[in-house]
Amino acid sequence: MSAETILFDAPGPTARRRHAAIAVLAGLVTLALLAGVLKKLGDKGNLTAEKWSPFLRADTWTEYLIQGIVGTLTAAAISIALAGVLGLLLGMGRLSHNTPLRRFSSVFVEFFRAVPVLLMMIFSFNLYALYHVFPPEQLALAGVVTGLTLYNGAVVAELLRAGVGSLPSGQREAGLSIGLTPVQTLRAILLPQALTAMLPAIVGQLVVVLKDSALGSIITYVELLFQGQTLGTARANTIPSFIVTAMIFITINYLLTVFAGRIERGLRQRGHTSGTTPTVPGEAPLLPMPPGVRGIG
Amino acid sequence: MADLLTKFDVLGAFWMTIVLTFFAAIGSLVIGTVVAIMRVSPVAIARTLGAGYVNTVRNTPLTLIIVFCNLGLYVNLGVKLANPASQSFIIDNNIRLGILGLSVYHAAFVCEALRSGINTVPPGQAEAARSVGLTFSQNLRYVVLPQAFRGAITPLGNTLIALTKNTTVVSAIGVAEASYVMASMIEFRPDVLTLVFLIFALGFVILTLPMGLLITWMSRRLAVKR
Repeated sequence: MSAETILFDAPGPTARRRHAAIAVLAGLVTLALLAGVLKKLGDKGNLTAEKWSPFLRADTWTEYLIQGIVGTLTAAAISIALAGVLGLLLGMGRLSHNTPLRRFSSVFVEFFRAVPVLLMMIFSFNLYALYHVFPPEQLALAGVVTGLTLYNGAVVAELLRAGVGSLPSGQREAGLSIGLTPVQTLRAILLPQALTAMLPAIVGQLVVVLKDSALGSIITYVELLFQGQTLGTARANTIPSFIVTAMIFITINYLLTVFAGRIERGLRQRGHTSGTTPTVPGEAPLLPMPPGVRGIG
Repeated sequence: MADLLTKFDVLGAFWMTIVLTFFAAIGSLVIGTVVAIMRVSPVAIARTLGAGYVNTVRNTPLTLIIVFCNLGLYVNLGVKLANPASQSFIIDNNIRLGILGLSVYHAAFVCEALRSGINTVPPGQAEAARSVGLTFSQNLRYVVLPQAFRGAITPLGNTLIALTKNTTVVSAIGVAEASYVMASMIEFRPDVLTLVFLIFALGFVILTLPMGLLITWMSRRLAVKR
């Protein structure tokens, strides 16, 4: 029996019949809802062949969707790399013994965690445009990357701090007692372990970056959502384009989530870090929680 | 700065942000609780549907959901959430579609927050409830969920803060909330760009900082003593 059955008794014959009845009812309601949605879609002519056949043509993909996917992945890749660097610096700053540096890092992290990514994108986009920092065709990408980097850098810094905080205090004490300075202890002993422990969370953060890159469509960055909308206008198939775009996003993000879960399991088996959350024997949680429950953005 | 604030409705913009946050918070709490109950229920099909909802919505960008609510639901499918005869139909309709999109998106995170809250309840509680003969729904209603909500204050609060910030996405369908007004202010007064950004950034700090403090205080206050 799975851990979930702690919440209810193993069903007897009556309960099993009742559950079967509920299941049939739920299934029927779902089917009815689905039929209603399909009917509504069909009434507006969204299920005809000419609305969906563009996705079988090569130019739909080469001219619209592939460009969009490339745009999304480019922005996400640059942002996560820069956010990793920024987060590492800010995280170290917050853990530093230098008071002004620690205060500055704290204020920086708290500020950029509190401000919506979209505001930062709009601001940096206009700032770069005003001072001609980037060539016009790179402006939107620069705006998207700046917004994503500042926010996710702050998040990575917090993740790192939590990771270092989760290490047993003996690790730091051992480092100090063999004569390493606090900075050396942090760099050589604490950070490597914290980074390993936080790796799944950081991969999970990639999902957030990828989803938030869709905000770029608001400042006219050519990414998947933007291209999906353009395609919907060009081929007069708004709804099919939305559905295909969403499916591409969901597939990429789902693969990333699975990847994060696999890293987490791998880490737990290898046990190269003392930073993973210890489990108390005999106190199994009520529900088995899947790894990587994050990604709100 | 004073002329900026009189010429543009900054307070009105933040009031719209608060309105969006308030209604979307209620909407997502209701949907999220239902999905969470489905995900822990004894009926396998309900669990599958709940998990499917969470995995689909969580991996879709909010911007896509919001834009779909306008272009898909309203423009293409003709879904109207306001009285079409009223003068402010387009504005009202977009606000309500925005709230719908925000609720649907954040419900997935509310559901996961609640599930993590259920995890803070010691198994002995649920076992005791079962052993005195409570059914699944009685068990949830009287024993597990009241403790789960109290244990889930922190993740629920984080979802609320994220929701507050995510209301800015509704500017994509033309609702005059903070980021929309900020963009139009920048358009007319690019000379005070940084000041405008700082005003709005400060607005969000003012909104979310007390929320964070309140959540920390409440989670300590309401935590079930064990």
